[in-house]
Amino acid sequence: MSVANKKPLDAAAVKEELLNKYPPKVARKRAKQITINKVEEGQADEVMANVRTIPGIITMRGCTYAGCKGVILGPTRDIVNITHGPIGCGFYSWLTRRNQTRPETDAHENFIPYAMSTDMQDQDIIFGGEKKLAAAIQEAYDTFHPKAIAVFSTCPVGLIGDDVHAVARQMKEKLGINVFAFSCEGYKGVSQSAGHHIANNQIFTHVVGENDAPKPGEYKINLLGEYNIGGDGFEIDRILQKCGITSISTFSGNSTYDQFASAHTADLNAVMCHRSINYVAEMMETKYGIPWIKINFIGAEATAKSLRKIAQYFGDKKLIDRVEEVIAEELPAVKAALDAVFPVTKGKKAMLFVGGSRAHHYQELFSEMGMKTISAGYEFAHRDDYEGRRVIPDIKLDADSRNIEELDITQDETRFRPRKSEAELKQLAEEGFEFKNYEGLMPDMDNDTLVIDDLNQYEADKLVEIYKPDIFCAGIKEKFSIQKMGIPMKQLHSYDSGGPYAGFQGAINFYKEIGRLVTTSVWANLKAPWEENPELSATYVWE
Amino acid sequence: MLLRHTPKEIKERSTLNINPAKTCQPIGAMYAGLGISGCLPHSHGSQGCCAYHRSMMTRHYKEPISAATSSFTEGASVFGGQANLVQAINNIFTVYEPEVIAVHTTCLSETIGDDLKQIVTKADKEGKIPEGKSVIYASTPSYVGSHVTGFSNMVKGMVSCLSEATGKKNGKVNIIPGWVEPSDMEEIKRLADLIGVGHILFPDTSGVLNGPLTGEYTMFPEGGTSVADLKSTGDSMGTLALGQWASTDAARLLDTMHKVPCKVLDLPIGLKATDRFIDALRIIGGVNVSDAVTFERGQLLDIISDYAQYIHGKKVALVGDPDQLIALTEFLVTLGMHPVHIITGTPGKKFVKRIKEITKDLPCEVNVKAAGDMFLLHQWIKNEPVDLIMGNSYCKYIARDEDIPYVRYGFPIVDRVGHQYFASVGYKGAMRLLEKILDQILSRKDRDEPEESFELVY
Repeated sequence: MSVANKKPLDAAAVKEELLNKYPPKVARKRAKQITINKVEEGQADEVMANVRTIPGIITMRGCTYAGCKGVILGPTRDIVNITHGPIGCGFYSWLTRRNQTRPETDAHENFIPYAMSTDMQDQDIIFGGEKKLAAAIQEAYDTFHPKAIAVFSTCPVGLIGDDVHAVARQMKEKLGINVFAFSCEGYKGVSQSAGHHIANNQIFTHVVGENDAPKPGEYKINLLGEYNIGGDGFEIDRILQKCGITSISTFSGNSTYDQFASAHTADLNAVMCHRSINYVAEMMETKYGIPWIKINFIGAEATAKSLRKIAQYFGDKKLIDRVEEVIAEELPAVKAALDAVFPVTKGKKAMLFVGGSRAHHYQELFSEMGMKTISAGYEFAHRDDYEGRRVIPDIKLDADSRNIEELDITQDETRFRPRKSEAELKQLAEEGFEFKNYEGLMPDMDNDTLVIDDLNQYEADKLVEIYKPDIFCAGIKEKFSIQKMGIPMKQLHSYDSGGPYAGFQGAINFYKEIGRLVTTSVWANLKAPWEENPELSATYVWE
Repeated sequence: MLLRHTPKEIKERSTLNINPAKTCQPIGAMYAGLGISGCLPHSHGSQGCCAYHRSMMTRHYKEPISAATSSFTEGASVFGGQANLVQAINNIFTVYEPEVIAVHTTCLSETIGDDLKQIVTKADKEGKIPEGKSVIYASTPSYVGSHVTGFSNMVKGMVSCLSEATGKKNGKVNIIPGWVEPSDMEEIKRLADLIGVGHILFPDTSGVLNGPLTGEYTMFPEGGTSVADLKSTGDSMGTLALGQWASTDAARLLDTMHKVPCKVLDLPIGLKATDRFIDALRIIGGVNVSDAVTFERGQLLDIISDYAQYIHGKKVALVGDPDQLIALTEFLVTLGMHPVHIITGTPGKKFVKRIKEITKDLPCEVNVKAAGDMFLLHQWIKNEPVDLIMGNSYCKYIARDEDIPYVRYGFPIVDRVGHQYFASVGYKGAMRLLEKILDQILSRKDRDEPEESFELVY
C-alpha cells in the first residue's frame, strides 16, 4: 500500500509492488511481462508475450478451442458447427459472445442459436469417438441439410487420437457437402491465440477459393478481424456502402460460407484485429496476390483515416471524393456527441486490458474524449502487437508455438493476380502508403506507463487500488471485482449490452456510454449515512 | 424465427446433442467449492475450462467468481499435470492466501489419468500446503453425468477430505442443500433457525455469490461453510440430503465413514416437498415446528386457493436439473397445472420413474426424458403446445418463437436478476414461484383477451 500514497506514481515502484508478493520464479517471469513503456524513435522496449500462463495465477485467458470455435467461426451463420467432445465446451460457447448476424431473409440459414455436440461419454473416451462423430455429422446433415459442417476438437479428442480430419474427409465424400475439422484442442498453444491461427489455417485451406464467380461492385475489399460484436460490423458495412466500397467478405462478423469462399476475389484485405487474422491476410497475399493494410474503425478519427487509406489504395478520384463527402457528412453528429460528453470525460483516466487489438484500438476513443490511458496490455497478443511487426524476425519460436501448424502456401498458378503494378506500388510508397505494417500498441502509449501482458486478477486489483482509474476495461470475468471496488468497468470483449462502438455512429454510442459510466450516481452512494457519520448523537430531537 | 431450423417432425437421434440441457461436471465442482469459507476452487486442466466456468457463473450471478487453473499446455497433457498442480498450489497459497483450495479434475486431466490424491500428498510432503490450510479434491470427468454430478462429487470431496469424528456429538444436523441458489441456502438456514435445529449447511454460497456493493473487494467474502464446520460434520446427529442427484453421495459417505445417519429428501420446492423437509427437520432435531413456519405455509395455501382458477389445467414444459424438476413437477401438480413435457439433460433412469409417479393421476400424456436436450423439448412443444415454459435463459429462444409465456428457472439465468437474492425453496420460495407463474399467465391473458372480456380484477 506504500506507493498508493506517494505522488506522482512512479512506474518502477508500482511494478515492484505488483511483483513483491510472488514466489521468486513467478516474479522473475512476470517482471518480463510487465514493462515500463520506453519508446525512442518509434521503437519500444521488449515485452515478453505469448508465453505460458503460470499455473495457479488467475489469468484472464481462455483456450485454443475458444479462439477457434468461439471467436473465429462463431460469428458465421450458415455453417453447422459440431463440437466433438464432452458437453461442456459446446455449451459454454453457445450464444455467449454477442456476435450479431443478419440473415438476408427469414428463409436464409442461421445456425448461430444452435449448439451441437457429440457429448462424448466415458465409453467414447475409452474406445474412441470417431464412429460417434461420423454418426453425429450424419444426424446433423439429416436434420439441417446445411451447405457445410465444421467439427471442433476439444482436449480429450487429441489425447485419445481421434482422427477428426479423416472423419471429415469421409463424410464430405459421402454427403457431397463441405465438411472440415479443426484440431483446436484447448491445451494447444498458450491462449486463445493458437485457436485463431488454427481456425485461419483451416478456413483458408477448406473454404477460401471455393467460389470463383465474380461478385458485382467496385472497390472490393475483405474486412479481416472484425467480429460484429454488438453490431460493429453493421456500422462499418453501412459506412463502406455509403462510400461505394464493396465488402466481399468479413472475417467473420455477420459472415456466411460464401463470403469466405469468394474472399480471394477481393482486391484488398483491410485488417482490423491484427492478432487474430493476420495469418489469413498473409496467406491470401502469397496465394492470390491480394495486398493487406492495417486499418482501424474504432474511433471517429481512426475511421476517417482508415477510409482515406482504402481510397488512397484504389487511387480513384471518384472514391477519394466520395470518402471525403461521407466523412464530412458523418463528423458533425460525432462532434456534437463529443462536445456533450467532453466536459465530464476530460482528464479522466482509463485502463485497458483486453484482447489482441482492442486494448490498442480503444485508446483512440478515450483519447478523443480527452481521457488518458494510464496502463494497458493484451490478454493473448504476441510481441508484434505490442512492439510492431518489425520485431517479427526476432521472435523466438518456442515449443508451444511450434506445435501450431504453419501452412506452406505457394502462389496459385491460375488465380494469382497482382492487384497493383510495380509503378503503382512505387507511387503509393512515395506517398507514404504502408502495406502490411502494424506499429503496435506501445508506440502509441506514453513513456513510463505500464504495459502489462496477460494481466491477472491479483495485478488488476492492485493496479486499481494504486492508480484508482476512472474506468477499467477488460472482460466479463474481471468485471465485478473491479466494480466492487467502486470503479466502473466496461467490457470490451462483449461491450456488456452495448454497441456498436465502431465507425462514426459507434463513436457516438461509446462517448455516451463512457459519459454515463463516469457520472452514474451509484458510485456516490456506496456509503450509508451511518457509515459516513458513525458517531451516535446523545439525544434525538424529534421534529 | 430464431430457431427456424427446428422441424416439428421428430427423428430419433442417438449421437448428436442439439441445444444441451446440461453442461459438464467441473462447473458444478467449482460452484460447490465457492460454498466453503475462504476457498479458491481450482480447475486441474487447460485454462479454457476455468475461463468458461468463471464466465458462465459470472453471467449468472453478476458477481466476481475467483478460481484458478493448472493451465495445461501440450507438454503437461502428454507428461501429466503433476508439476503444474504442485506449482499452482504453491502460487495460490502465496499470492491469494485462501484457507482451502478445492481442486477438481477435467476431461483432460482425467483422460491422462492424473491422480489428485497422489499429487496433493506430494505437494503436502514438499511443504507447499501451509500449516492449518487444506487442499481438498474431487474427480469430476466431464464425460460422465453432468454439472450436477460434478457438484455432487465436490460435496462428497468435502466429506472425504475434511470430515472427522471425534466421538463427541455436536448436537447439530448436517444439511446438504443441493445445487440451489445462494438465496435458497439462506432460506434453508432461516427455516432451520426458526425451527430451532442446530445445523451445518454445506456447501453454502449465501453471502459469497450474492454479496453487497461496498466499495471494497475481497476475494473471499464473509460466508461459506467453515472448514471447522466441515470437519465437524462427522460428529453430527444426522444428515438431511436435499436432492437425490446432488446430495446423496456425500450423505451416504458420512454414514459410511462416521456412522452419521442420513435421510435423502427432495429439494424443498413447493408445498409438499417443503412439508417433508420441515417435518424431517423437526423429527431429527426433536423439536416443535415454530408457528412462524406454519404461518408461512398458510400464506402459500391462501394464494393457491385465491388464484388456482387461473392456472388450473394449464400445460407446462419444463427443462432443468433432475432434483429441481422432480420437486417442481410435484408443485405444479399440486397447483392443478399439467406439466406435459419434462426434460433433463442429466442422465438417470430414476428421473423418469419419479416423474411418472408424480404425474400418474394427470388426465394427460406426459413426455419425460432424462439425458435429453432442448431441441427435443422444442419439438415436443411444436407437436403439443403448452401455456408456459419453465427453464433457464436458453428457453427464451423457444418462448419467443412459439409465443409462449415463460418463467426463468434453473441454471444459467444470464438475462434477469432475482435468483441470487430471492429464494425459490421453502414456503416463501413457493410463493415467489407462484407469483412468477401467475404474472406470466395473467399478463398473457391481459394481452390476448378481447375487449368484452378484458377485466380489471383477477
